[in-house]
Amino acid sequence: MSTVLILADFSGDQITKTTAELATAGARIGAVTAVVIAPAGKGAAWAEQVKEGPVTSVVVVESADFVSAGVPAVADALAHVVKEKSPAALLIASHAFGKEVAARVAVLCDSGIITDAVDVAADASATQLVFGGSTTVHSQVSHGIPVITVRPNSIEADLAAASPAIENVTVVISDAAKKAKISSSQPPVKGGRPELTEANIVVSGGRGTDGNFAPVEAFADLLGAAVGASRAATDAGWYPHSHQVGQTGKTVSPQLYVACGISGAIQHRAGMQTSKTIVVVNKDPEAPLFDIADFGVVGDLFNVLPQATAAVAAKKG
Amino acid sequence: MVESFALRKRLPVSNMSAMKIAVCVKQVPDSWAEKKMVGGVLDRENVDAVLNDLDEYAVEEALRIAEAHGGNEEGGPHTVTVISMGPDRATDAVRKALSMGANDAILVTDAALAGSDALATSAVLAKVISDGGYDLVICGTESTDARMSVIPAMLSARLGWAQLTFASKVTVDPAGTVAITRVTEAGVDEISAAFPAVVSVVEKINEPRYPSFKGIMAAKKKTIAQKDLAAVGVTAQAAWSQVKDATPRPARAAGIKVSDEGNGGEALASYLAEKKLI
Ligand SMILES: Cc1cc2nc3c(=O)[nH]c(=O)nc-3n(C[C@H](O)[C@H](O)[C@H](O)COP(=O)(O)OP(=O)(O)OC[C@H]3O[C@@H](n4cnc5c(N)ncnc54)[C@H](O)[C@@H]3O)c2cc1C
Ligand SMILES: Nc1ncnc2c1ncn2[C@@H]1O[C@H](COP(=O)(O)O)[C@@H](O)[C@H]1O
Repeated sequence: MSTVLILADFSGDQITKTTAELATAGARIGAVTAVVIAPAGKGAAWAEQVKEGPVTSVVVVESADFVSAGVPAVADALAHVVKEKSPAALLIASHAFGKEVAARVAVLCDSGIITDAVDVAADASATQLVFGGSTTVHSQVSHGIPVITVRPNSIEADLAAASPAIENVTVVISDAAKKAKISSSQPPVKGGRPELTEANIVVSGGRGTDGNFAPVEAFADLLGAAVGASRAATDAGWYPHSHQVGQTGKTVSPQLYVACGISGAIQHRAGMQTSKTIVVVNKDPEAPLFDIADFGVVGDLFNVLPQATAAVAAKKG
Repeated sequence: MVESFALRKRLPVSNMSAMKIAVCVKQVPDSWAEKKMVGGVLDRENVDAVLNDLDEYAVEEALRIAEAHGGNEEGGPHTVTVISMGPDRATDAVRKALSMGANDAILVTDAALAGSDALATSAVLAKVISDGGYDLVICGTESTDARMSVIPAMLSARLGWAQLTFASKVTVDPAGTVAITRVTEAGVDEISAAFPAVVSVVEKINEPRYPSFKGIMAAKKKTIAQKDLAAVGVTAQAAWSQVKDATPRPARAAGIKVSDEGNGGEALASYLAEKKLI
């Protein structure tokens, strides 16, 4: 049986749910080996977090260069493992870091690349939603080892317990990959809420909040949702940039997206229009986001949201 | 260190550490235009085309870097060259970058490049860049049509240059170093490197200038060196990923819309309950 490599996905020192999603997709193609690329001294602690999903083995590469040189060093190490294992495909999470690692590995391994897949089939072909979700395409890599980045939260993860065999590999990182030096790194501030790209429900606020996200957060917390924001809200400093949804923020595709006081500019839609259900609260009946809303309330979010919060709380009992 | 500092001090200001900056820009279909796939590739013929708006930030940043250290026009020491790969009509997008204030441009156009993927595109751009002897290459973070966000990393890998991507702030010392603040979902990093380097900038970094009337007039006289693959000195590489089929998805239709007459929140809660979303 052929081997498929996935790059285990971490946020800070914590494995993400996306790792099991990558494994689930990979297992359709072959036996899954998860590659854990960890800062020096953290290999074992990271590897032991790979315990969910159809993973048969784990390859651990440790180096201080991953912290001091970032993406190029990670790509160097991953390309080394790819060349050694000649897998049937390499799957990586589709975020800025994952796409850049994928881009470099594709160059280093002379392999075709597909980004932002929402599904991957047994023949390593990928499904993508392009042009703002208006078109579904199926793509296939025709040269080298298919390098595919998969959008978090688009494949239902098989969460069966795994007890993979662990192999440690040493890789010498090339000088070319160490030309940029990272002098400091500050991880994103994490609140108690779910991660935006992983959440089943996202409640977002825009300029209409006028800087007061309290009703948005209260509704989100009751639903167990992540909080998103439009660029108008992040630019104004009302919410951190890491919560921006849209073309230059994050792409989310939750079961439910609730947009409050957001007009629906094309750049915002680019990041949320593949959500399964879209709910819009806006006091302007002409707001363009209503055009793609499954349910819209024309009204003031400061009245509608608290009432909805109370009503949902009552229904939940 | 001490020696090179002394040397720099003696140089006349006009030719002190002249920087050659390249900006990669792409012409893309207008974001608002309806896009269609024809024969496995995006139909670019029948839509309005514009300069990728995220690349305007790259052009602006290149100009600001030059301007902060003596400028790129009217006897300034630095040059900003626009580099693009695209069809004939991409000259419009290139001209726009020139009208913002870049000095000159190279546009690679060749029938053999139609349907190129990111790997092929990056191979052509990398050849143009390495032949140009640039100190810095500045890109946008993403082209709004393909939305891959991979070209800057591919360029860095192909050229063996430092990768300084997703910059929300760029600080350059013309003597040969560049530092950025990188902002991504993984947090905020401070990164620096010696020239040459590939930089990509996020849209928060600046506010791109509108071309002035003077800029538009001046751009008409600026040189766009249009080259085919033979002139660049590379052969086209076939795309290594193919679209097998493309199906339009049913357009999202507007659903229920209620007006809040004092019970909008309750209606919303009932809808969520009915759809089993809570
Ligand atoms: C290169 C580029 C990249 C961009 N990337 C992104 C991106 O990634 N994400 C993004 O979101 N945007 C992005 N934008 C910005 C985008 O074009 C819009 O400017 C932005 O999305 C607008 O945010 P908004 O809807 O919150 O604000 P507005 O467009 O000002 O809309 C506010 C809405 O709130 C409503 N409202 C006001 N008060 C209330 C109230 N009390 N109750 C209910 N409704 C109320 C108003 O009717 C209005 O519809 C980008 C722009 C550019 C040029
Ligand atoms: N055909 C092209 N010509 C010149 N620059 C390009 C081209 N395609 C992409 N780029 C540059 O690479 C960046 C990222 O594009 P992409 O990886 O296609 O999303 C863009 O913002 C441009 O700066």
